[in-house]
Amino acid sequence: MIEIENVRKSFGQLEVLKGINLTVEKGEVLTIIGGSGSGKSTLLTCINGLETIDGGRIVVDGTDVHAKGTDLNKLRRKLGIVFQQFNAFPHLTVLENVMLAPVKVLGQSKAEAEAMAVRQLTHVGLGDKLKVYPSRMSGGQQQRMAIARALAMSPAYMLFDEVTSALDPQLVGEVLDTLRMLASEGMTMICVTHEMKFAREVSDRVAFFHKGVMAEIAPPEALFGAPKDADLKTFLAATH
Amino acid sequence: MFDTALTLADLGFLAKGAAMTLAVTAVSVLAGTVLGILFGVIRNQAGPYWSMPLTFLLDIFRSVPLLIQLVLGNALQSIMKLGWAPFTTSCVVLSLYTAAYCTEIVRGGISSVPATTRRAARSLGMTWWQDMRYIVAPLATRVSLPAWIGLTLGVMKDSALVLWLGLIELLRASQILVTRLQEPLFILLICGAIYFIISFPIARLGGSLERRWSND
Repeated sequence: MIEIENVRKSFGQLEVLKGINLTVEKGEVLTIIGGSGSGKSTLLTCINGLETIDGGRIVVDGTDVHAKGTDLNKLRRKLGIVFQQFNAFPHLTVLENVMLAPVKVLGQSKAEAEAMAVRQLTHVGLGDKLKVYPSRMSGGQQQRMAIARALAMSPAYMLFDEVTSALDPQLVGEVLDTLRMLASEGMTMICVTHEMKFAREVSDRVAFFHKGVMAEIAPPEALFGAPKDADLKTFLAATH
Repeated sequence: MFDTALTLADLGFLAKGAAMTLAVTAVSVLAGTVLGILFGVIRNQAGPYWSMPLTFLLDIFRSVPLLIQLVLGNALQSIMKLGWAPFTTSCVVLSLYTAAYCTEIVRGGISSVPATTRRAARSLGMTWWQDMRYIVAPLATRVSLPAWIGLTLGVMKDSALVLWLGLIELLRASQILVTRLQEPLFILLICGAIYFIISFPIARLGGSLERRWSND
């Protein structure tokens, strides 16, 4: 369970998170929508401790992320995150990209890590690209590799930060299909996205962020069908 | 037609000079690179403000002519009664000179690795050190290699200046023979050829490494 309690975060004078309260249960798929600068991506990087917070707390399975003495490297093993940029390690093949962290961080044997990497890469449809370098692949393939790389750590939660935003339109589908597949398998996911159709399909709940505040959170039928918040109505009208 | 007083023993004398050039260069490039990596990482981690003293010190080594550094370094070791041999003094000064340039090369290499790539590595649970070792080091090396090869070749040629401290390296050995045999063109031709023979493999090594890494 991820518990977010009254979280505040500022970059200099700009307050990007103004007291966010949110709980994500095991097995839940939560999508976060909202305009740019609404704080939704910042929240994700706060959850895995890449960003510090200025108030409140975030607790992942009983561990306070930002408490002194929290082993962030250990905590991050259970929080897989995939970013907008594909962030492939360009000097390693696809297989090596996925094997690196399990071998170096989890201490798995090469054989163990390779079996896991092949399984995850096959799962996301890259079983035939094992020995290829990332630069030889499309953006969609690189992004699926990044997903497999995160999955190879056997995380309990997956965080997706606008993973289709940097993709050519014709490549968005293959990545969303991968996310749909994970959701149907019961993975606990928080997806920051601009893909409204996707959000409507896969989410258990959808949260709308506006200017650092979570303005509305509801199951997709309610949020998209009968939005209450005025800003959400404007936002939905603009994206349709 | 072609006549020379150069004997086999003279060639051996030149070879000994070349060995001295190689020794000074090898020690200086090795020590300078290790220091350069250390300083480069420090400068990158500490940020421009905290690394100001280090930056200032390295700027001195980059801007004062090497000859002056060698002479002053030698004077300093003698004032401080360190009792260093000319070889030691030469290597210490040349190492710091190399380190000053290498620091910039390393710093540039590290900053060429995108912050987002490093963030991805840390997100997978890698420690700072693992990120440095498995992501930053290989990527930065690829970017820095051409400049580092250039630095190494430059230091090898600059190392001729240690003759001012009395070391008989390749250029000084050639000068001695020129003075004795009065065949400057021929002897300097051989001297230049030896420099080339030493440099060529280093330059080729750089080229072949670049090719090997170009697949990714």
